[in-house]
Amino acid sequence: MVQINGESVNAAGKNLKEYLEENGYIIEGIAVELNELIVPKDKYGETVLSDGDVVEIVSFVGGGEEESDTFVLGGKEFSSRFILGSGKYSMELIKAAVENAGAQIITLAVRRTNTKKNENILDYIPDNVTLLPNTSGARDAKEAVRIARMSRELGCGNFVKIEIMRDSKYLLPDNVETVKATEMLAKEGFVVLPYMYPDLYVARELMNAGAAAVMPLASPIGSNKGLATKEFIQILIDEIDLPVIVDAGIGKPSQACEAMEMGAAAIMANTAIATAGDIPSMAGAFKSAIEAGRSAYLAGLGRVLERGASASDPLTGFLRD
Amino acid sequence: MAQNQFFVDSDKLSTAALEHKHLLESDPSARTNHMEYMPGMEKISSDIMDKVLDAVSTYNYEKYTKTDVKRALDSQTCSIEDFKALLSPAAMPFLEQMAQRAKSETSKHFGNTVYMFTPLYIANYCENYCIYCGFNCYNDINRKKLNAQEIEHEMKVIADSGIEEILLLTGESRKMSDVKYIGEACKMASKYFRNVGLEIYPVNSDEYKYLHECGADYVTVFQETYDSVKYETLHLMGHKRVFPYRFEAQERAIIGGMRGVAFSALLGLANFRKDALATALHAYYLQRKYPHVEYSLSCPRLRPIINNDKINPLDVHEKELCQVICAYRIFLPYIGITVSSREEKHFRDGIIKIAATKVSAGVSTGIGDHESKYEGWNDEDAGDEQFEISDARSFDEMYGDIAAEGLQPVLNDYVYV
Repeated sequence: MVQINGESVNAAGKNLKEYLEENGYIIEGIAVELNELIVPKDKYGETVLSDGDVVEIVSFVGGGEEESDTFVLGGKEFSSRFILGSGKYSMELIKAAVENAGAQIITLAVRRTNTKKNENILDYIPDNVTLLPNTSGARDAKEAVRIARMSRELGCGNFVKIEIMRDSKYLLPDNVETVKATEMLAKEGFVVLPYMYPDLYVARELMNAGAAAVMPLASPIGSNKGLATKEFIQILIDEIDLPVIVDAGIGKPSQACEAMEMGAAAIMANTAIATAGDIPSMAGAFKSAIEAGRSAYLAGLGRVLERGASASDPLTGFLRD
Repeated sequence: MAQNQFFVDSDKLSTAALEHKHLLESDPSARTNHMEYMPGMEKISSDIMDKVLDAVSTYNYEKYTKTDVKRALDSQTCSIEDFKALLSPAAMPFLEQMAQRAKSETSKHFGNTVYMFTPLYIANYCENYCIYCGFNCYNDINRKKLNAQEIEHEMKVIADSGIEEILLLTGESRKMSDVKYIGEACKMASKYFRNVGLEIYPVNSDEYKYLHECGADYVTVFQETYDSVKYETLHLMGHKRVFPYRFEAQERAIIGGMRGVAFSALLGLANFRKDALATALHAYYLQRKYPHVEYSLSCPRLRPIINNDKINPLDVHEKELCQVICAYRIFLPYIGITVSSREEKHFRDGIIKIAATKVSAGVSTGIGDHESKYEGWNDEDAGDEQFEISDARSFDEMYGDIAAEGLQPVLNDYVYV
């Protein structure tokens, strides 16, 4: 028996091409891993399955997070600073994100393709949008690396967003494993965008490991609670020489605007728009908020008056000419 | 602009030595390439120098206006651009506001503490010809190198006065004061003091590692000026002539395991605004690369030396010095700032209320004369001083004066690990 996507299948003796065609997979839209190694598409015909083999067949579905705007990431230039996550995706959301929010980057999760008729999210995404595959589902660095390799095989280019979570209740990123995965994938030539808990030491390690940006969370993913980690994100913006993309937890346009005023390079959001009363209108509101925040940052914020003046003696009276 | 006249001839020099001295002074082609490492000098891979020199070369301090200065004073965090504005002439009318802001930053990070230390010069032999320095090899001064017993005696005298932190200094002569000699002094200093710093000629990272193992834990190297063209005309001979090797000394010290490093330009040698910018950026970029290290800045001005009492800091008056120190504090709120006895009592008393966090006390820049200086007699046998000090207060006087200002004198808060 062969283990295919977790199920025992009587496929020993067949080559991959035969199995995939018999079961209705569309070869262009999938990637196949055999015993943890990716099988190139042109080798499917000569790859014969044997008893005990473990096969993973994957394609893209919605999942992960969002962002977009005009900045340089991995050598590519974007005019939008909003990135759309696709954890809660629908045709309407993607259309709204692209048309009303101007999203140029959409994240995607790599998932097992068990149903041959699985609708492919790629069909909904316009060609001019950059796909950012994420590694959601990975529980450690090794799994994230496997998923990243599969996503590259799926034709998504070298971009990868690392998401490693070992807690299904809060879905908080595992910073330690994320550093390891970043180092491995950067060495393989990936443009690595790690999702992380905003910790200065970890951000430095990610930078040294070759990350193209850091993606600190604002509050727990999907919570719409806003900039709970504001002070720490500000520290990353001040200290890390990489774009800081605020990811997860942004629930309102005002919060996106505030993060941009602080100097964030971009905002990633999904739930805030997906769960809004009017999805296209909310997508437009996010677009305006992110642009306003960016303009405010570039303009330089005005002063904040401290309450009460200090009526002390002049400090510089002692100076002689 | 006014210039200092640095060249002084001694009638004790041989004809050949005088000829060589004059040749170095008058003919640039007689001098070595100051950007080229000499044999034995470790070359590390670092982009810090390029970053600093690039920033300085494009710094046009005349273009900043009072609007830029106000914006800098109003922003929550001070950007490099804000710092440039604070160092510009446009900031001078805002000196009091800068001092208020600096004071608030200082108290946020250091409370009301002021650290105290004393320097101990153990030798004044030098192989460099740095034309503004009293120790330069052509200057006719009494040379001396303390032996182990003399060093210990000096340390006892200083430790008895109450000092707990010491800064060991030598002239820059590897021949007369080799790394082993300095290491032995560090070992002895560790017995008498809780914190041992070094201000010696720059060495390689393995030598810093050795000195660290001997008990030293921070390294001060003054770049003197970050204007490499000017630098070349001031440091005519010797190891110190090599600009990049000196620039990278702090980074090598960090690689060698030192906990802290200190920087400085000697204000008055070249354009002080550009030098102040470079000094702060040197520390700033290293801090980003090595965030675990402690950083501090000194801000000395040129002083008269033996055989040349005319040397002065030119356009860096007290107000300009205060501007530089306040700008340092606002840009780098977490950094230590040392103000030495080159400055007078009234200035040091004033500046510790604004931005300085460390002052020296009971200072002699001579060799082997602490006992005589502390007890008020003249020691004929002592080695001559590097420069004239302006504040001769003893440890006890300094301690009392700091406390009288409502500040807290701190002798030491340090653990060697």
